[in-house]
Amino acid sequence: MTTTATTIGQVDWEARRGKQESMLAMTWRRFRRHKPAMMGLGIISIIILGCVFAPLILGFDQYNLPLAVRRQPPSLEHPFGTDELGRDLLMRIWVGGRVSLSIGVSAMLVSILIGTIVGSTAGFYGGWTDNILMRFSDFLLSIPHLFALLLAAQIVRTMNIPELSGGPLPIIIIIGILSWMGASRMVRGQFLALKVKEFIDAARVSGARNSRIMFRHILPNAVSPIIVSATLHIGNAIITESTLSFLGFGVQPPMPSWGNMLKTAQSQMTYAPWVAIFPGLMILLTVISINYIGDGLRDALDPRHVG
Amino acid sequence: MSRYILRRLLQAIPLLLLISIAVFALMQFIPGGPLAVYSDNPDVSAEDLERLQEELGLNVPKYQQYLNWLAAVLRGDWGLSLVSRRPALTEITERLPNTLYLSLTAFFIALCISIPIGIISAVKQYSWFDHLMTTIAFLGHSVPVFWFGLILIIVFNVTIKNPFTGGPLLPGGGMYTIGEDFSIQDRLVHLIMPASVLILNRLSAQVRYTRAGMLDVLHQDYVRTARAKGLNEPSVILRHAVKNGILPLVTLIGLEIPGLFNGALLTETVFSWPGMGRLFFTSIERADYSVMMGVFMMCATLVLIFGLVTDIVYAFLDPRIRFD
Repeated sequence: MTTTATTIGQVDWEARRGKQESMLAMTWRRFRRHKPAMMGLGIISIIILGCVFAPLILGFDQYNLPLAVRRQPPSLEHPFGTDELGRDLLMRIWVGGRVSLSIGVSAMLVSILIGTIVGSTAGFYGGWTDNILMRFSDFLLSIPHLFALLLAAQIVRTMNIPELSGGPLPIIIIIGILSWMGASRMVRGQFLALKVKEFIDAARVSGARNSRIMFRHILPNAVSPIIVSATLHIGNAIITESTLSFLGFGVQPPMPSWGNMLKTAQSQMTYAPWVAIFPGLMILLTVISINYIGDGLRDALDPRHVG
Repeated sequence: MSRYILRRLLQAIPLLLLISIAVFALMQFIPGGPLAVYSDNPDVSAEDLERLQEELGLNVPKYQQYLNWLAAVLRGDWGLSLVSRRPALTEITERLPNTLYLSLTAFFIALCISIPIGIISAVKQYSWFDHLMTTIAFLGHSVPVFWFGLILIIVFNVTIKNPFTGGPLLPGGGMYTIGEDFSIQDRLVHLIMPASVLILNRLSAQVRYTRAGMLDVLHQDYVRTARAKGLNEPSVILRHAVKNGILPLVTLIGLEIPGLFNGALLTETVFSWPGMGRLFFTSIERADYSVMMGVFMMCATLVLIFGLVTDIVYAFLDPRIRFD
């Protein structure tokens, strides 16, 4: 042992200052210890890579998949079998994954954006603003979600706008504007807790406007729970999309999504069960991975955890 | 107490009015209205359409239509189903018991399973049992309800056969075997799969809430006191901790009531169960407006009533809450 070594219990500030961890590095270090979350991250990476690159490498266009014998059970040539039109199910899953995953992420962005705006306004201003916004969110929460989704989807569907109907955009908007309530309550809670802190008084005294206090001072402190909630929103949005598409109110064929691939599956379950099994398995695998990532992020971002 | 219930019921009235206005307004966005199905039909002339419009009261301004609808509903006339030509209220009240029978059975079984699981998971935190149950809860939370139903049908209806009759082990849908006399066994056999789907769907959140609530309570001083005065472990858990530990679960139940109808819609559609959820689904597919509106209002009313019941139960369990 050298003479420059610090005694036990004394912090070596010189050494620490040199390698101070960034927020990102610290989160990553904590996240890595969460085994299921790491596994989820691995699985989701494989799924995303597959969805992005498999169709590119194998080079086919989205709507004209090469046709083979109809309803072939899984084989070496078609690992997931073929569907009622003789399309390779694995290929359809990769292409459909692009649609389902992008709807999941986009719907999450819409709902988190609305939820953050509503929640921060309600929490920051309080009073009657808060009352109206929160009563409105209670009102939406008291309506069965799926009933409202179907009604909204039916309205969009019958409007028959050629550029939009059957595509992902209406679904993204519908899911987004009907699932921001949880996020808004969470953001509101953060704002209520943070707006009474001293650093907000300091900002106000130094002349900051309300909007600056809201978005430059409070919001960055509330970003951790928002990230966690955003992650979980992706999984929920993917399930919602698949449900709507399964019921025939979502993405319309020939564009595949994991949900609408299951729409025709029920009628052929007795002789081609693989058509029902694999797309659903992909949804399950994706959503469970995302939820575990959310769990891992919660542990990694929670300031109460030390280490 | 009765004054509180009365006040809550009175508060529900404006909320129901608001919901009905919102749904009515949304339905106006559907192009063509209820008669859109006829507009492409060459057998229906312009005069017929006009006559139908007058008959259905569609020739008056929108707000007047809403007021007419409201007045009729209050008199018990929920309009005619455009598909079956029967009163919408009859259609709904015929289906409602079937939905309640399925959802409430699943709901109570789920509670009976999830409370003990949640308690054991919390008491034996990080044991293999706890890990297994939290994993199952995670799975249940991540699986699409309708797909789980399809998988159950593939396994128990298509693949596994009844060793005695050679037929499918469980029926793939419906509420009873059509053409057979009523028998409890037949009803139960039809109930197993749809109820299991709903149970798994409820279970995951309920287990997590019970577990979290119990973990919270188990570290509190009064539990330590109970242990310190020499009580045996079962009575510490069951008589002291559980009472407070399951309070979050009651809150969750209140929050999940609207979700009950979502689950019902999906299971009823997958298992062709003759319930209200499936009725709503077909009414929206066929633009059957009076039924659609009726089911929506029925669901909203039930959500409010069940919500009130949950709040009353909560107040009984938590004496800190006072009504006034």
